[in-house]
Amino acid sequence: MLCENCNKRTATVHVTKILNDKKTELHLCEQCAKQSEEMPFDTSFSINNFLTGLLDSIQDSPIKVDYIKTTKCDQCGMTYGKFKQLGRLGCAQCYNAFREKLFPLIKRVQGSEVHSGKVPKRAGGNIRLKKEIKRLKSELDDAIRKEAFERAAVLRDQIREMESQLNSLN
Amino acid sequence: MGPESDIIISSRIRLARNIEDFPFPIALTKHKSKELIQKVSSGILEGNTTLKNEFKLYELEEMPPLERQVLVETYLISSHLAEQWEKSAVLLNRDESVSIMINEEDHIRIQCLLPGLQLNEAWDLADKIDDVLEERIQYAFDEQLGYLTSCPTNVGTGIRASVMVHLPALTMTGYINRILQAAGQIGLAVRGIYGEGTEFLGNIFQISNQLTLGRNEAEIISNLKDVTLQIIQKERDARNTLLSSNPIQLEDRIYRSFGVLANARILSSQECMQLLSDLRLGIDTQIIKGISMDVVNQIMVMSQGAYLQKIAGKPLSAHERDIRRAALIREKIQKKG
Repeated sequence: MLCENCNKRTATVHVTKILNDKKTELHLCEQCAKQSEEMPFDTSFSINNFLTGLLDSIQDSPIKVDYIKTTKCDQCGMTYGKFKQLGRLGCAQCYNAFREKLFPLIKRVQGSEVHSGKVPKRAGGNIRLKKEIKRLKSELDDAIRKEAFERAAVLRDQIREMESQLNSLN
Repeated sequence: MGPESDIIISSRIRLARNIEDFPFPIALTKHKSKELIQKVSSGILEGNTTLKNEFKLYELEEMPPLERQVLVETYLISSHLAEQWEKSAVLLNRDESVSIMINEEDHIRIQCLLPGLQLNEAWDLADKIDDVLEERIQYAFDEQLGYLTSCPTNVGTGIRASVMVHLPALTMTGYINRILQAAGQIGLAVRGIYGEGTEFLGNIFQISNQLTLGRNEAEIISNLKDVTLQIIQKERDARNTLLSSNPIQLEDRIYRSFGVLANARILSSQECMQLLSDLRLGIDTQIIKGISMDVVNQIMVMSQGAYLQKIAGKPLSAHERDIRRAALIREKIQKKG
């Protein structure tokens, strides 16, 4: 089939448009399709397209439309659907928001899920503190459950001190 | 010119960093982006290190488009940064070995570019600047994933280490395809710098790490360096084979290219890149004497579109550029030749 526009090259782009129940078909070659204002035709192939293409293939079952539409990052408003389209995340919080789908993807493209390089000195200190506070808090809950109140009081003071350390770091 | 500079043109380290509590550039408003430029630049320019005297801030919005294009052509900024000119900026140091791009794909992209094979030196420089920035800025960092980046392909170390290499003999002998394949299998990406698809214009390639997570910076760099050293050896072997098996043919090719460069009146950028590759090989193999590699490197920068227009002081059509390019190269070569 020849391109309907130039009638020279083979038509490789086929568009079916349904508007108000009226169906129109368009057959163009790549060059004419690029110039056509009928459709935003993007032949550029970027790492981002490639990456998000992988997102679909790594799922055990196709991602439910619900997930694409409703999963959203609270911080920046990026939806999972939008991320799939752009291949880029909107903010640091997106890593948590899309964790379920994103971590298998990272594992697949990077071959690992664990950073083993440089750690920023300040944020690094923060992280250690936060981790320790989290651990102490669960110990505190445990102590309260067991009614070991003396132990709980000690833990409470330790947590307070660490939290004030954390605040002074920030 | 740096070590191994007969084959390695330059080494580059790029670190991707983001600031906590700011959306990534893709979701950043113009107002916020200006705030971020201020925050990052003050980290360098107002810190109490010697860096503050070395760097200067350029907001892309305040630059003429041609100046921005010159920065792209000289690899000081990426084309992506130039496209984001309304929101982006760059901090450049005096000798232009370091550029800190602000609001590229990530908030901060520290880039160190040194001539020859100097990956470790470039890393030391980038690492130091990273430390200075971190004194005043809280980075987006996750305990498990490392430095968080807008694209998951950069997460972890955020490092992209690369070398720009000139491999004419491997291209001529066809071995380059095997190398491209092998490099891909061990986590390195090799791509032509100029031209597209299978045509490698100017025989110049960029080799870089693909993975950023799971290995530390030193491992990533030494992996790249080891492979690069092997490729250098293969290129040298291929050059020797060409020189010993059919020297007259190689000489003929090099002298023909030299003749065109020294005499042509119209030169397209594509033709120019191919001829310069031959000239570079001619100088390396000492077939051409009396022209220094510095001249070739200068021509590589000065013969690009935006640079020619900058020298001319006005916009030029493609045809006018081809004429000016030929004139500039004649002048450069004859002066030294």
